[in-house]
Amino acid sequence: MTPLKRALALAATLLLTLPLLAACGDDGPKVVVYNAQHQELIEAVAKEFTKETGIDVELRDGSDLELANQLVAEGEHSPADVFLTENSPAMEVVDRKGLFAKLEQKTLDNIPAQFRPADGHWTGFAARSTVLVYNTDMVKKSELPTSLMDLADPKWKGKVSFSPTGADFQAIVAAVLALEGEDATKAWLAGLKENGTVYDGNNVVLKSVNDGQTATGIIYHYYWYRDQEEAGDNSDNTELHFFGNGDPGAYLSTSGAGVLANAEHPKEAQEFVNFLTSEKGQQVIADSYALEYTLNPKVQLDRGVKPLSSLEPPEVGTDELDSEKVVELMQEVGLL
Amino acid sequence: MTDRPGGRGPAGGALSPLLLVGILSVAVVLIPLGYVVVATITMGPGELWHLLWRARVGDLLTNTLLLLVAVVAITVAVGVGAAWAVCRTDLRGRGWWHAVLSAPLAVPAFVNSYGWVSLTNAVQSYGGAVLVVSLSYYPLVYLPVAGALAGLEAAPEEVARSLGRSRAQAFLSAAFPRLLPAVLGGALLVGLHVLAEFGALQLLAFPTFTTAIYGQYRSAFADNAGTVLASVLVALCIGLLLLELLVRGRRRLARVGRGSGRLPEPVRLRRSRPLVLGALVTLAVLALGVPLYSLAHWLLVGSSTEFVVGELGTALVSTLGLALAGAALTTAMAMPIAWLVVRRRGAAVTVLERAAYTANALPGIVVALALITVSIRLVPAIYQTLPVLLLAYAVLFLPRALVSVRGSLEHAPPVLDQVSRSLGQSSWQTFRRVTLPLVAPGVGAGAALVFLAIGTELTATLLLSPIGTSTLATEFWAASASVRYGAAAPYALLLVLASLPATVLLSRQSRPRRGHDAGVGPLPEGQAVTEIGVAA
Repeated sequence: MTPLKRALALAATLLLTLPLLAACGDDGPKVVVYNAQHQELIEAVAKEFTKETGIDVELRDGSDLELANQLVAEGEHSPADVFLTENSPAMEVVDRKGLFAKLEQKTLDNIPAQFRPADGHWTGFAARSTVLVYNTDMVKKSELPTSLMDLADPKWKGKVSFSPTGADFQAIVAAVLALEGEDATKAWLAGLKENGTVYDGNNVVLKSVNDGQTATGIIYHYYWYRDQEEAGDNSDNTELHFFGNGDPGAYLSTSGAGVLANAEHPKEAQEFVNFLTSEKGQQVIADSYALEYTLNPKVQLDRGVKPLSSLEPPEVGTDELDSEKVVELMQEVGLL
Repeated sequence: MTDRPGGRGPAGGALSPLLLVGILSVAVVLIPLGYVVVATITMGPGELWHLLWRARVGDLLTNTLLLLVAVVAITVAVGVGAAWAVCRTDLRGRGWWHAVLSAPLAVPAFVNSYGWVSLTNAVQSYGGAVLVVSLSYYPLVYLPVAGALAGLEAAPEEVARSLGRSRAQAFLSAAFPRLLPAVLGGALLVGLHVLAEFGALQLLAFPTFTTAIYGQYRSAFADNAGTVLASVLVALCIGLLLLELLVRGRRRLARVGRGSGRLPEPVRLRRSRPLVLGALVTLAVLALGVPLYSLAHWLLVGSSTEFVVGELGTALVSTLGLALAGAALTTAMAMPIAWLVVRRRGAAVTVLERAAYTANALPGIVVALALITVSIRLVPAIYQTLPVLLLAYAVLFLPRALVSVRGSLEHAPPVLDQVSRSLGQSSWQTFRRVTLPLVAPGVGAGAALVFLAIGTELTATLLLSPIGTSTLATEFWAASASVRYGAAAPYALLLVLASLPATVLLSRQSRPRRGHDAGVGPLPEGQAVTEIGVAA
């Protein structure tokens, strides 16, 4: 009985002290960020922001729609001040519920108009290009498809992998839907399901292609470049194929930032998003491990990544992405 | 065996507040279930049909059931076989073997999967999922069966043999029925674990309802589809619970007095010794060797391996804190329910208890979402605070505590309480001085099981924890899900180390003994662990 009592006493002590620990250092100005972007990237930006402004940044990490759904469930009671995503569909989910405040004009001016919605409720701050990664032992350059749509063709059976539950792939499907229409998208998804191997996460897709489990995979560009910059463990047997030519497969997906209308710290929130899009903030992104494209024209991402200006992406407005329809189609086809 | 525990003894005075606490605990646990039911009902039959009647749901159902059946069958066979070899044969070093065979409990299922997947992609298949998940879960059968075997006296088997049965027949007819509750309890735990398993199966790329719900939740809107899938999962769980009730039948186990208490002579292995030894070594290598080798490999050679002491330390402290506090709360909630179930039997109480189990089949993500919705609407002040997170843990893991507490209470004869009351002790004094010491091992085991579960909990922690909280599990997951195996390794190592004390506690409670009194008093120590006692 004594050990039991002691354990209970210990537990009770911890129970009482944990909130105190969590509450430490709560006094200064701060901003609460729901972050669906890669954790390390935003931590790097936040660190610079705090150094610059003295405002503390609290991060809650999650994935795009996880946090978007959480924001919608929380509604006006949400403790969040800022929402950051990897792709724009999740921004649209929150925006459609009227939960965003308008961004300051000086913030919007940082980013070219094609990377943000016309109403100024949120802005892009980084972008990633769709690519096809292929195993160089299994596929010759001359055999590569000219369009992403070709991968639904029976001749690619057993030769393509992708990660359908991720927001990344769903953003690509949203672009296909906007460009090719509902019937073509559904047929394409059905063909992909027939041909493809499903994994969870783009990194896993990349690794499976590198290991020769599948010949090709649909991912974003930076997964490959990051692995190359690290050690190439998961990518040395592969190359990237950029579709270009306005093809749906050249879709450039925008990472979004917005300020919540019911933010407890609206001033700090606006300041954070402004910093994120400013020359300084964008330079932090360009210098980080992320290798995503920066969108402020004053900053360029070099480091051997195919330049943004040479990508030839299709023209798809952020407000043309109908993710609800995307999920419906993916459910009908059986990918979700 | 002779006493009728359902009778209203002198302890009846304690009933009303206790019943109230029990009902309250279960009511809290049922919040997420209510959320799923309400969401499903309010959806309307058209949309419901549309979401349920499609090929994907069929695929998931097939996957989930195939996995469930295979894993339960394998874990029962492996768990009972290993327990028999360790407890009933003349195998040398049985204490050592017992420790080795219990040890996989300290390797969380998703760490085990990570170990296998990072070595070979071949396990990303049905066979691989069955293999890896079975290796992770067989201790849930092994431990209670070993515990029960350790406390099983020789007399009934000797009687059977004296009546002309062979050794095997005697074991089956006289010993096995007494083992059945332990086997069933273990199998039920394995089944519930399989239904709710997320991390391991996600890494193994084997979609089941739980991983699909998470996928839905990450993509769908207003989460209707995920909630409907969750309702199917609840139905599966209820089916499992009913099945277990049915097989268990009406048995009572408590016994006052000592019986002969002698353990049977160990079986001589003779020529089959290399076979048995080989099987045990293979099991240990697969269940323990592979994940530990993989872990060591990534710690040493992983290109993304970093030891950021500060981050590791923070994650470790918050993991231990959350797991201890959560285990204390959950076990405290389990006590009144277990007491009611054992001492105040009846249809209503059975429903109460089984209801508590049902929430266990809901994946963390559904529980978290329900608590988000409820807490932010009704009590926004506690949203994203520690109490809500601990409550989520209690919802998810109450059955684990309940199983153990109940098991030990089954073996505590109510007559001892009655004697205590008749000697003038109050009901509280009786509880403190008589009942609690009797059930303490079970309470400790339950708390240990909950501690292990919370230490590896992922989705509810991500959604409900106070902002800025990082645990070993969440950090491990962030790294391993993005194939940074090296970066994940230090967290995996700490997870294993943090799980060790609880595993040792559980392992010691079912330690095999030889040749001395097995039926000490009313509570054979080993049976406290997870012998789930009897049905009402």
